[in-house]
Amino acid sequence: MTYFNNILASVQTVFEGMTITFSHLFRPPMTIQYPDRTARPIKETLPERYRGFLHVDTSICTCCTLCETSCPIDCIVIDHGKDAELGKRVMTRFDIDEAKCMYCGLCTEPCPTGAIAFTREFEAATTDLESLVFKFINKGDKIVPYKVVKTKKGGDVAAEEAGA
Amino acid sequence: MQALIDSLVANCSSLQALPVSLVYAAVQALVAVLMFAGFFAPLAAILVFVERRVAGRMQSRVGPNRVGPQGILQSVADGIKLLLKEDIIPDLADKPLFRLAPYLVFLGAFLAFVVIPFSSKIVVADFDVSIFYLLAVESLVVVGVVMSGWASNNKWSLLGGMRAAAQIISYEVPVSMTVLMVVLVTGSMSVQGIIGAQGAWPWEWLIFKSPFTFVAFFILFTGSLAEGNRTPFDIPEAESELVSGYNTEYSGFRFSIFFLAEYANLYLIGSLATILFLGGWQAEPLVKLLGVQESWARHLLEFATYFSKVAALMFVVIQLRWTLPRVRIDQLMSLCWKYLVPACFVNLLAMSLWMIIMASAPAIVPLVISIVMATTGFAAFGYFFMRVKYHLDYAKAEITFNPLS
Repeated sequence: MTYFNNILASVQTVFEGMTITFSHLFRPPMTIQYPDRTARPIKETLPERYRGFLHVDTSICTCCTLCETSCPIDCIVIDHGKDAELGKRVMTRFDIDEAKCMYCGLCTEPCPTGAIAFTREFEAATTDLESLVFKFINKGDKIVPYKVVKTKKGGDVAAEEAGA
Repeated sequence: MQALIDSLVANCSSLQALPVSLVYAAVQALVAVLMFAGFFAPLAAILVFVERRVAGRMQSRVGPNRVGPQGILQSVADGIKLLLKEDIIPDLADKPLFRLAPYLVFLGAFLAFVVIPFSSKIVVADFDVSIFYLLAVESLVVVGVVMSGWASNNKWSLLGGMRAAAQIISYEVPVSMTVLMVVLVTGSMSVQGIIGAQGAWPWEWLIFKSPFTFVAFFILFTGSLAEGNRTPFDIPEAESELVSGYNTEYSGFRFSIFFLAEYANLYLIGSLATILFLGGWQAEPLVKLLGVQESWARHLLEFATYFSKVAALMFVVIQLRWTLPRVRIDQLMSLCWKYLVPACFVNLLAMSLWMIIMASAPAIVPLVISIVMATTGFAAFGYFFMRVKYHLDYAKAEITFNPLS
């Protein structure tokens, strides 16, 4: 009797299995065809606080070099000094070696203006390791650091900045 | 075929100088080469691509879609890659046997194409015992597989080869008995004769002639799957167990020969089932409807009928590969000898009894039975699609999750 039950069971299960696989032909596949056929750029789907490459906004960098000193791997290099022509302190080099960077965030914590911050950029695979050293000041440029405005407690920062 | 050659000889005076048998032989050889290079080899390549895409969709993924538009040039890329690969022969392998084995497997599949018809008049060789020839030639595959397993000097290849021998030889018994039943019913051993004994309408097919031929179709189908080393019976080339079984040590062109032979065998599985049970190229009502009785369009129509049936069966074989898990070697043997072979014997006896009874019954009875069976068959087919719809409706919610939305 089990003999005939076996035959019946095999016919039933094969039939049912075939209906399931056939139904899968009509469902959209779950493949995400990175990088060229995604629904949105992957960058935009990442969380806001995602730790991608570091970016420095040199227009608000105060050249305090706290990020340079806090980096445990010494991947940030800032050259600064008194410039003879302008008579002020200038920055001539701000390099971050993104390949060395371990994305710990110890540099973004002490930054007074938030000039150095994480982005959501992560797609920089390259065959040349040197190209992963991001240079935020072009060779030969001199950037005057941002002057921090002292304000009264509870004062209007924007008005003071506009005035200064 | 004969008539075509006769008309060719009559029209061309230079050919009449040669002995007739030489002309026949030369034309047949030419047609065989043309069919092989122009139809069967590209078909095997296309089938590989179709299988990969269909397999991908059944597994909720896409399948190869980068090489050409929608990936249709994938087989070309694979072929080029295989041809450019280094031809490695293991140091301690039995070199003459190692070199010979793929060609025997290849022969086993491609020699059978000589008797596969395209339409009522187009077949390379139509002789009185073509089905017998087909069965005999399929057995060459065993020799090639065992040879490759042994000559590879590799334990796993040897295991694969031995298991393949056991499997293919065992399953030839139910397949041959089913073919015997068909020969019994139609009274002819030639392929064109068997198809000629069937008709175009579904109730005229052999599969719906009686419940015993219906069962015989499934026995033949299962047996052919095992003959062709297709899952669930792909133990010889068990991809996850024996690396690749008997073709582990083969690379480059030799591997592509094995590969091509396996996919050509797929067409053979579909062809065999269509010829024996599904009415082959019979398309008389359609031919009459379109009024193309005496032109080349008739052959095209018949070929289209034949090919659509074979394509449906090939799709089922591909789907089975991605539906069922692989059976163990002992389960495989018990399936053959304890289930299929006794079923074949019972079937053969019962069908013979059926034929005796039906011979003395009024002519309407077999027709009514055929129509009833055809209706039940198509109802089962319809039930299949109802269940597919059920799965689509009830499984939708959990499956469509797009992490990018």
